[in-house]
Amino acid sequence: MSFSDKFELVCGVETHVEMATKTKIFCGCSTEFGGEQNTHVCPVCLGLPGVLPVLNKEVVNLAIKAGLALNCIIAEYSKFDRKNYYYPDLPKNYQTSQYDLPICKNGWLEINTPCGKKKIGITRVHMEEDAGKLVHSGETITTSKSSGVDYNRAGVPLLEIVSEPDLRSVDEVLAYLEELVQIMDYAGISDCRMEQGSVRFDVNVSLRPRGSSEFGTRTEIKNLNSFNSVRRCLEYESERQAELLLKGEKVEQETRTWDEGQGITLSLRSKEEAHDYRYFPEPDLVPIIIEREWVERIRASLSELPAAKRERLKSLGLSEYDAAVLTSSKAMADYFDEAFTFGVDAKTLANWIMGDLSALLKIDGCSFENSPVSPRQLAGLLNLIKDGTISGKIAKAVLEEIYKTGKDPEVIVKEKGLAQISDAGALEKIVEGVLAANTKSVEDYLAGKETALGYLVGQVMKATQGRANPGLVNKLLKEKLSR
Amino acid sequence: MKLLNMSLAALHRLLKEKKISSTELTKEFLRHIQKAEPNLRSFLTITEEIALRKAEETDKKIAGQQPIGILEGIPMALKDNICTEGIPTTCASRILENFVPPYDATVTEKLKEAGTVLVGKLNMDEFAMGSTTENSGFYPTANPWDFARVPGGSSGGSAAAVAAREVPFALGSDTGGSIRQPAAFCGVVGLKPTYGAVSRYGLVAFASSLDQIGPLTKTVEDSALVLNIIAGHDPKDSTSVPFIKPDYTQYLENNVKDMKIGVPREFFAQGLKPEVQTVIEEAVRVYEQLGAQVEECSLPHMEYALPAYYLIASAECSSNLARYDGVRYGYRAKAEDMIDMFTTSRTEGFGQEVKRRIMLGTYALSSGYYDAYYAKAQKIRTLIKEDFEQAFTKFDVLLSPTTPTIAYRLGEKTDPLALYLGDVYTIPINLAGLPSISLPAGFADGMPVGLQLIGKHFAEGILLRAAYTFEQNTEHHKKIPAWLEEASKNVF
Ligand SMILES: [Zn+2]
Repeated sequence: MSFSDKFELVCGVETHVEMATKTKIFCGCSTEFGGEQNTHVCPVCLGLPGVLPVLNKEVVNLAIKAGLALNCIIAEYSKFDRKNYYYPDLPKNYQTSQYDLPICKNGWLEINTPCGKKKIGITRVHMEEDAGKLVHSGETITTSKSSGVDYNRAGVPLLEIVSEPDLRSVDEVLAYLEELVQIMDYAGISDCRMEQGSVRFDVNVSLRPRGSSEFGTRTEIKNLNSFNSVRRCLEYESERQAELLLKGEKVEQETRTWDEGQGITLSLRSKEEAHDYRYFPEPDLVPIIIEREWVERIRASLSELPAAKRERLKSLGLSEYDAAVLTSSKAMADYFDEAFTFGVDAKTLANWIMGDLSALLKIDGCSFENSPVSPRQLAGLLNLIKDGTISGKIAKAVLEEIYKTGKDPEVIVKEKGLAQISDAGALEKIVEGVLAANTKSVEDYLAGKETALGYLVGQVMKATQGRANPGLVNKLLKEKLSR
Repeated sequence: MKLLNMSLAALHRLLKEKKISSTELTKEFLRHIQKAEPNLRSFLTITEEIALRKAEETDKKIAGQQPIGILEGIPMALKDNICTEGIPTTCASRILENFVPPYDATVTEKLKEAGTVLVGKLNMDEFAMGSTTENSGFYPTANPWDFARVPGGSSGGSAAAVAAREVPFALGSDTGGSIRQPAAFCGVVGLKPTYGAVSRYGLVAFASSLDQIGPLTKTVEDSALVLNIIAGHDPKDSTSVPFIKPDYTQYLENNVKDMKIGVPREFFAQGLKPEVQTVIEEAVRVYEQLGAQVEECSLPHMEYALPAYYLIASAECSSNLARYDGVRYGYRAKAEDMIDMFTTSRTEGFGQEVKRRIMLGTYALSSGYYDAYYAKAQKIRTLIKEDFEQAFTKFDVLLSPTTPTIAYRLGEKTDPLALYLGDVYTIPINLAGLPSISLPAGFADGMPVGLQLIGKHFAEGILLRAAYTFEQNTEHHKKIPAWLEEASKNVF
């Protein structure tokens, strides 16, 4: 039995997104991923005695942008606070974050549900610094002889996006996360490289009897780093809570952790053991005053968001499904838009992007951002089909050739002599040859066997290495056979 | 004595006119330091080699007929909480005993560029917490006027070194009086600039919203000359204010005619020793005779300044000092596991007073207590700022004693609360972020007494003028301890 017959899930998510700035939030060190340990560090991000933070303005720009993309109110006055706790990956043993006056609040984003569109509230968006990373000599901290710390990530800017507890099913949670990550990607806030851990989720989970309007006791599960983990974790945790409730037991308010290997959540600390972070205003930084003008400047620079893009694609005649696939990554959507400017049919273009080109890129693990076939080249290829220069079948081969060599489709068609034979005189001779060599099929056709025509067309195509204009071949064959 | 006692301007003239080389000058001071240190112990580190190398640079410039800056080639020393690249910066704490910063504080950099010769790092109360320098994790410093007394603190080493003429000038830091109080106890000039006038980058933080670096000098003129070098906006310090830095020496005018001086009555309340009061009242008379309009005034919320200060400063320090955990640098205790390493390193590395304030601050910030303590203290801070703003609508400067007493005897004050009360006149100024100067006003029981002047934000100029005028019309700053008179007879 599933819990969902009796209970309704109530879920809110805190999403941590690494921001796509070149340098860290409070110093000039690079944010690049994967450098040698402790090479992207300086006295400031190492928290040496006497150093002071200087806020990277680009972080504020991106935070405002995120707020606008999520329909938030941008605070005119906001500030940083210190969140105090001890851990070796935290150079100062406090994290510079935002507490009571976040930069953005009261926003929303829209998701699709089986019952139509639904607005999910965004409580707040705030800026903070990332911590470093423990490097253990063994498997875990408890089984290791020693542990080191790599501070390359320390001070990388993070955006924390907190949703309202508006999500009512695992599917809704996933839809919310996918939409959120897409928005961050589209607005250029983050590269959203999940595999590098640049997006992390904490979920708040509670159940309540269906029909009830009160919230149940919630647990918080920390540090999930993929959509798949979130799904599995939510499924496990809601079952766990449902079992407790069905047995008449209570759900403890606590922080839990997700064990990916075992596929279960484990208690980390109870409400009583919860950290007292002793937040207080960061005295080393001045308050952030954001004037209307600044917000408007960022608003003007905000690119089209996924929802708007989907609507626009649909207005071009694409299906809901095609629009959703094309906008699933900003790179693919941008690719579509650029190719579309060369005057090709939207549906044909969508098919080629989602079909043949996607398949090619997948083989080498390429993305649309660095596709060896440029949008101009793909559009050129489609135009060659449209004006009858090549057939769709030849075009597939030409696409592979562009992919391999980077040459323009027109050049490839010319070099390889792939242009369609549309000269009736030249084709007539070939058609006559084929008819003479396949008397059996001719007889069949004349006897009323329609399929024999297809065979004869195939023979003409074979004789021309597929270059014959299929329409013309059909016409010529029919003419000859009717005589 | 002449040389050791000379003003910065006089030393500059000697160098420029090639009457002495920077190397000779530096050696002279180093010799004097060697003689004075056994009794004083104002230094934690003496950087003889580095100093002589730097002095040589200046000498080459002079020999090459290149022009030199006003402080170029002149020895000086820094409080040991100001970072110096490649030179230990310990904050007089065991926990940073082995810490050598890989970078210079902005003030260190500026003094280097100005060509000054760093001869060493000066003793202090551990992490600038204290007012006697007895809280040094290494050894206490003596008062040059009476070796049995404290030099004050936390910049006790800086004040003692200047008073004993071990250096022509020094830098200290002032969070609640840590420049002015030792300046008063040692009979030198100590200036705490406006919060934001001097970069804090590289000053090891005690309480970030209160800390400010400033000069300790023999005279007001010297103070202006040093301020000229160290003040100014620094993009590395977000709390440093972009302001147009004037030439502070232009304010050194012997004239207080029609200057309006307010004397807050709260600064003459109970706790003020009569012999100190007498000296300050005499100072008031001096100003009156010089044509200033002196009037009593009131700062009604001053009685709350002390508790507000100890809450805010301790709260900030509890967070600022969290980084000393034995993981990255500094003292690391032998331990069984991670938590044990944190705890033991901090337990063994920090002294009593530091631990007391970390506890106090941690408590004040704790959930459930924040509003009652930290938030309320911030409200009081606003009231105190407003009191001052109100007073400055009427007055150009405010005048008070720097401290309620003369320097304590070593070991005399053991009750922390009694010591905290000694900061009662200096603390409100830090809470309000105002500039303030302490200058020699006379003597009580043979010990120096300090006169404190307070100005508006960025009104160091008028403060310097008021101080300079007093100095030009009195002789107190010219007196030096008897042993010094004797010990330096042979010099130059
Ligand atoms: Zn850095």
